Order: sequence, then structure tokens, then C-alpha cells
Amino acid sequence: MRHGSYRFVASFLAIPLALYAIFVISPFAQAFYYSLTDWTGVSPKFKFVGFENFSTLAKDAVFRAALGHNVILLIGVPLLVIFLSLVFAYLLNVGGRSNSAGVQGVRGNGFYKLAFFLPQVLSIPVIAVIWSVVMTSTDNGLANTVTKKLGLGTSEYLASPKIALYCVMWVMVWGSVGFYLVLFNAAMSGIPKDIFEAAIIDGATRLSTFFRITLPLLWDTIQTAWVYLAIMALDAYALVAVMTAGPGGPDNSTQVMGLQIANNGFQFGRAGYASAMGVVLFFLTLLIAAVMLRATRRDRIEY
Amino acid sequence: MTLQIDVEGTRSEDQPTAHPAGPKDRSFSPVNVFSHTVLIGWSILVVVPFVWSLIASLKSTGEIFGDNPWALPKKLLWDNFSKAWDKGVGDYLGNSIVVVVFGVAGTMLFGSMVAYVLARYEFPGNRFIYYLFAAGMMFPTFLAIVPLFFVVKNFGMISTYQGLILVYIAYSLPFTVFFMHAFFRTLPTSIAEAALVDGASHATTFFRVMLPMAKPGLLSVGIFNVLGQWNQFVLPSFLSPEKPVLSQGIATLLGSQRYENDWGTLFAALTIAMVPVVVVYLIFYRQVQAGLTGATLK
Repeated sequence: MRHGSYRFVASFLAIPLALYAIFVISPFAQAFYYSLTDWTGVSPKFKFVGFENFSTLAKDAVFRAALGHNVILLIGVPLLVIFLSLVFAYLLNVGGRSNSAGVQGVRGNGFYKLAFFLPQVLSIPVIAVIWSVVMTSTDNGLANTVTKKLGLGTSEYLASPKIALYCVMWVMVWGSVGFYLVLFNAAMSGIPKDIFEAAIIDGATRLSTFFRITLPLLWDTIQTAWVYLAIMALDAYALVAVMTAGPGGPDNSTQVMGLQIANNGFQFGRAGYASAMGVVLFFLTLLIAAVMLRATRRDRIEY
Repeated sequence: MTLQIDVEGTRSEDQPTAHPAGPKDRSFSPVNVFSHTVLIGWSILVVVPFVWSLIASLKSTGEIFGDNPWALPKKLLWDNFSKAWDKGVGDYLGNSIVVVVFGVAGTMLFGSMVAYVLARYEFPGNRFIYYLFAAGMMFPTFLAIVPLFFVVKNFGMISTYQGLILVYIAYSLPFTVFFMHAFFRTLPTSIAEAALVDGASHATTFFRVMLPMAKPGLLSVGIFNVLGQWNQFVLPSFLSPEKPVLSQGIATLLGSQRYENDWGTLFAALTIAMVPVVVVYLIFYRQVQAGLTGATLK
């Protein structure tokens, strides 16, 4: 290493590292520490209470409900998003006419990608406001007028404790499909076309080429998508905070962990307790990432 | 909209000339019809709510929640927009612009400085710092939000531009460093070495030689950061309650307009929030899609 380069390295790292240490690392570290205290967030005095916050958490009915809802989202959102975006990506790539020239993508491929991706560039409050109006529970709500026309009857959507959570889930899925479609589509167009053509000449149907060729070759991408979607489902704060009554209602039917952390930390004066929830959230995230990356590991196929 | 036709042209329009079309080619197979039905169905589900919101911004509340919410407005109520602006949307927009301009500039500068040093210089602690940043991508923001509020408060920076800008930079660094680190690794070393031999300092080499070479990478992460910081909602809602950014302002307006039962104004505000982003998206959509998805896979 040349003379003077240590000073250069230090000068380049100093400011960003300081920012990162102050605003990212220290709050994370503090959260672990505060989770073991009874800090209110207001008074400077607090005492060490060991794991008391965690044992209280285990008995907290609202938190358990919130955790349960996050788990429902955690299972539902990745499954639906990955299923839909894979199907759409597959249709875009091989849904066109097949003839002597081989398998074609559909026409209007570019338009579909342009449209599907749109929600991804808008902020969650914008999307949440639009959908909460679309799902107005009265008979002349936007969605209700359509379902009535189609003979499907009406629904109370976000006002119904039974389905409010699934309405939130739907908006999450609706907003994410475009992104993963583009992701999968890029990965699929990377697969050489002659593999499909060879398979079709050998008598494979399109469905079997999907399960035997596309899916195994996309496995890496799907795995990454799964981890990202799972992390998103564990959050869900923004949509719930804007869309639901309360927020978190009706009857706590859409409570999620993020909302509980915000309420306890900023409104109920239980910052230590909220930090304990944050720690639970952290270990859940870690667990899911580890499980997903390990359980689904396969050999990477190069082509 | 011309862009999308260009892209498409290369794929499907070429086909009839490349393979002289027999009668069979012209017919639509069931698979093809099925594909289009499904894809058009989803397009409608995605696009219609947006289009409806744009139209609703010119309607009265009575028309939005009337017997037929799908009807076009009888009279175009441009007044909704000036009401929305007076409700604070103008301020929110200004706040968002200031924070994102400085936030993204700072993120890109500091992020690429760190990434470059980590990618190109060996020194004790290099790997440690790299993993420190990489780990930041995995941490859920909510774990930190309560202590972070008090950190920012102790600096006296709650509801200030500098508070939000510094926090945005800090939280955008992990991904930016991670991505740019990979990018700098792919650039050839010989050019930087030549510059150093010619007597350029390390800093000059970085700013004059390496950064210009890294433009494609900077563009991808830049788009990612602009959209990410523009749409940021969780951080400002706790750290900047008195000086809301646009996404926050929209959420607040939902509450106040529901209370006043004035929905046209809310949709005018939504339109002001949506249109700039959508226009940028339509112009740069290929870069946006490539940038966002490419960034995820790195």
C-alpha cells in the first residue's frame, strides 16, 4: 500500500461511518439494552428488569394477536405474490403463439410490464388511501358497485373484523406483483430459448416445461424474492396505519407488530417494552432469512 | 408511451418478417387468448384505481360517493387543487424535495466513498466494516425506531431538514455500499493505477477517474434511493411530525378530509403526489425497472 493511503482511507470512511454508527448501529444496540429495562421513554430514570418484558409479552393478548396477523401475512403474501408473478412472467414469456419458429412471448409484453410495475413507484400512503376509498363499505363503494354488477353481492371490506386483514393482504399483494413479475421475467428471459424448444420437440407440454425447466432454473431468484417478501410482511406498518380504523381495528383484527411497537413506544410511555417487541421482531426476521436460505438451498445451475 | 412501443417492436413486430407468416401463424391459439385475458385483467386491476383517482380529483364529494361513483364529473372542479395546496400539500411537496435532493446526494457521495475504499484498499478492519454495513440491510427498522427517536431528539433535530436528511443517508448507506462495492470490483484496476502513477492523489483518482467510470452503477442505485427516500413513510412519521413530507401529509389528509367530508380535495392532493412520480416513471421506466430489480438481485 502506497504511502499516505491510510490517511486517505480514514478520511473517506470517517463521516459515513460516524453517521452510520450514530443513527443506525447505536439505536439498534440501545434497543437490545432497553428491552431489559422498564424505561418509559420520558423520564431519564429507569431500572434493569431482566427478561420481565419478554415474559409480559408472552402473555400480552394484543401482541399475540399482532404476531399472529404478521404470521398470516408472512405465509399468505409471499405465496400469492410469487404464484401470481411467476404465472404472469411465464405467460409474458411463452404465452404467445407457438409455431415453427418456436415459442413466442405475448404481444404487448412491454405494456404489461409498464402497467404492472406502476404501484411499485408510488408511496404506500398513496396506495393505501386509494384502496381504502375503493373498498368503501357502503353499497355504492367503488368495489361494491362492481361486485354487485357481477352478481357477487357486496362486502364490508375494512369495516369487517373477519376480512379486514385480508383486505390489507390484498393491497400488499396487488402492490408487489409487478416488481416480482419484472424480476422473474428478467430471470426467465435469461434462460436460453432452445432449452424450451428442445423440450417441446421431445413432446413436452408447456405446463411441464414450466415445472421441469423454468421453475428449477429460477430457484435462486424465487428464494431471494421469498426473503424480501417475508421481511415486508413482518413490517406491514404503513398500510395498516393508513388503511385501518384505529389503526389496527376493527377489534384489533389488523394489529401488527410494527403498530404495537409504535403505540407502546410513543403513546403508552413503555419504551422498554416496545424495545422488547423490536427484539422479538429482529429474531423472527433472522430466523426466517436463515430458514429460507438453508431449507431451500439447491445446486446452482449455470448456463 | 412511445418508449414502450420501441421495446416491444424488437420482439414481436420483427416476427412476421423473420418468418414469413403462414395462415397458421395468424390464428390465435387458446393459450394466447388465455394469456391476454389474464394479463389484461390484471392490468385493469392495477391501472383503474389510479385513473379513477385522477378523475375523482375533479369531482365533488357527492359525485365521488354518489349512486354511480364511476360517472364522469359534471363540472370540472379545479378548485380542489387550490384547496389541497392551501391544506399544506405545497409545503409537504417542498419538504419532500429538499430532503430527497440532499438525502440522495449525500447517500451517493458517502456510499460510493465507503464502497470504493472497501473494494480497492486493503487495511485492517476492512472486512469488519463491510459486514457491518451489509448487516444493516437485514435489520428491521422498527427495532431501532424508539431509540432512534431519542437519538435525533438529543441532537435537537426532530422535525428538521437536517435530522431527516442525516437519518435518510444513514439508513440508505447499507444497500448503497453493498451495491457499489460489487460494482467497483468489476471495474478494471489498471486505469486507476495509471492515474496514481501519473501523480494524481487518491482522492482525485476517485472523483475524476473512478466515479465517472461507475456511472451505470450510480444510476441504478440512484434511482433506487430517489424512489426509496421519496416514498419513505415510517421514518418521517416518527422523526418529523411537525414538518411532514408528502407521503406523511397524504396520510394526515386522509384523516382530516374524512372528518370534513371533503374527498375531492384529498384526491387532488393524491394527484399532486402521484403525477410527478408517474411522469418520471413513464419516461425512465426501463431504467427504473432495471435499476430496482437489478439492485435486489445483487
